[in-house]
Amino acid sequence: MTAAILRAEHLKKSFGTLQAVRDVSLEVREGSCLGLLGPNGAGKTTTIEMLEGILRPDSGRILFRGEPLGPLSRERCGIQFQHTALPDYLTVREILALFSRLYPTSVPMDELVRLCSLSEFLDQDTHQLSGGQRQRVLLAVALVNQPELIFLDEPTTGLDPQARRNFWSLIRRIKQRGSTILLTTHYMEEAYELCDEVAIMDRGVIIAQGAPDALLKQHFQGVAIQMPKEDFEKAYWKDENQRTALQPFAVDDQVEIQTGNLDDTLRVLLDAGTPLSRIRIREQTLEDLFISLTGKEIRA
Amino acid sequence: MSTRTPSALGRIAAVFDARNREYLRDRSAMAWNFLFPVLVVMGFAYAFSGNPQPLFKVGVLVPAGATLESLREQAPFLSTPQVEWVAIPEQEGSTSRDQAFRKLTHHAFDLLWAPGRYWLNETSPKGQVLERLIRSQSPNSTRETVQGRAVRYVDWLISGLLAMNMMFSAFFGVGYNIVRYRKTGVLKRLKATPLRAWEFLVAQVGSRITLLMVVSAIVYGGTHALVHFQMVGSYIDLAFVLLLGATCLVSLGLLVASRISSEEFASGLLNLLSWPMIFLSGVWFSLEGTHPVVQTVAKIFPLTHVIDAARAIMLDGASLAQLLPQIGALATMTVVFLAMGAWSFRWD
Repeated sequence: MTAAILRAEHLKKSFGTLQAVRDVSLEVREGSCLGLLGPNGAGKTTTIEMLEGILRPDSGRILFRGEPLGPLSRERCGIQFQHTALPDYLTVREILALFSRLYPTSVPMDELVRLCSLSEFLDQDTHQLSGGQRQRVLLAVALVNQPELIFLDEPTTGLDPQARRNFWSLIRRIKQRGSTILLTTHYMEEAYELCDEVAIMDRGVIIAQGAPDALLKQHFQGVAIQMPKEDFEKAYWKDENQRTALQPFAVDDQVEIQTGNLDDTLRVLLDAGTPLSRIRIREQTLEDLFISLTGKEIRA
Repeated sequence: MSTRTPSALGRIAAVFDARNREYLRDRSAMAWNFLFPVLVVMGFAYAFSGNPQPLFKVGVLVPAGATLESLREQAPFLSTPQVEWVAIPEQEGSTSRDQAFRKLTHHAFDLLWAPGRYWLNETSPKGQVLERLIRSQSPNSTRETVQGRAVRYVDWLISGLLAMNMMFSAFFGVGYNIVRYRKTGVLKRLKATPLRAWEFLVAQVGSRITLLMVVSAIVYGGTHALVHFQMVGSYIDLAFVLLLGATCLVSLGLLVASRISSEEFASGLLNLLSWPMIFLSGVWFSLEGTHPVVQTVAKIFPLTHVIDAARAIMLDGASLAQLLPQIGALATMTVVFLAMGAWSFRWD
């Protein structure tokens, strides 16, 4: 087990009467990628901004390499905020030069350009960039000081699926260089693809934490059966307990049943006369885990 | 990977450089800064280029205890209808006498008269016509002369325009820009770097003052080439006054922007500050003769002191020593604005 590069203990933060973060403790291990997951309003951004040193917690403490946040963490961390504009009328090259001059240590521009694939628009004004290009520039800015810890706050929100996948490969490349990453996202697939460990947040607290596969194994056994609600309603149950035992879960016009024994469950459904021609069987995901833990869907 | 010693000066230089580039690439703002004053000067130079009104204007120094009417009984020519006779009460230590002589120097008066003597601007043809009128009726009057070119409205206006241009550039180039940076998250991004707040502010103020001085020099040179306005004082003194004025106005813009995160509110506040200054600081017209309350209120505005000082240098050749009240007011305001702005500044 590697040492923690960042440690947060009992963080709390309120805005007026709203308790955005109620009690969060976590550790980010050196060389790992930790995903902070949850729907909008779960407290992810408030938590990450406290960890970045942008927001001051009402209580609790944060240590970067054993020291309170300050000049050391500002020099050695890289941040990509969820909403950031770049100075107008500057080219990508000039933006990178500006930020690299603010740090005592900087990555050569050629290396950043290659790593983040910026060569096509290096001399273009930042306001002429597409969403995906802009996110790559913001990531390059976050990497400009060869950071030991990189914060990525919902880096792919608003990107089209192709741009999102391109961004994922970029983050994988950065991971391969041994960087430590703390990522927030509300895309469960993104967390599964990129994170070694995830912490699921809801209503200002972490409700589950661990490696994605380990969490799924811990909470689920087997697969999920999905069918149209109208098909499920056609079943005739001799005993209402049979229906309850399946624990059907409604999602829009679909019904989902989690099962550890697919054969038995299908047999029960057939015996009850449920049409099975439109069923879908799939493995459980982090999204299922979230629904199971909170009783609600991940909201975009 | 390259490593260097962290330096506050290096970080200030980086932000200074980036801000200058932003300004130079913002074509619309730059065009406004350069073209607006030049077009206004040219417009007024053209508008006032026709023949002056055929009316004589004479200042009459009225001794204490006398009135213009009582003087007319002794000197009937003071009732000549084609001449506008302007009474100037003469009192011990009064500034109105000095102002009357300045007006004679600038051809705002064609002649200045007092019982038993008169003063004439040797370069004023109208003054020589009036002299004949006076000597025909009062041949024993003592003749004295002053010298000075006629001050056209455009000569008088140029210092106000330079200062007003500086004010807009300072307010909107620093004040509005910082608010926009804050709203869009640029400041938050910079906060996450080793850059400290004072370094950022020094870079912003330094960049804008440098650009203001360069723009003012170009506008000055351009308008001078076009209309050849008067400049009788020292260029170094004028540059010093404009530099101090620019620093003061930029500091005021910084103070406005120190906490606000709404562009609309910042814009409203900056307009609320700038418009009274445009009308009450003597950009377009002199406040001489206005209600004393208006003249007192005008002294609250930094623009008034910049314009007064610049105008005195350009038209009267005033030295910095003579402008200590204006310089003192500007320096005090600068320190107060800068201290309050830096103290209340927040990144987000």
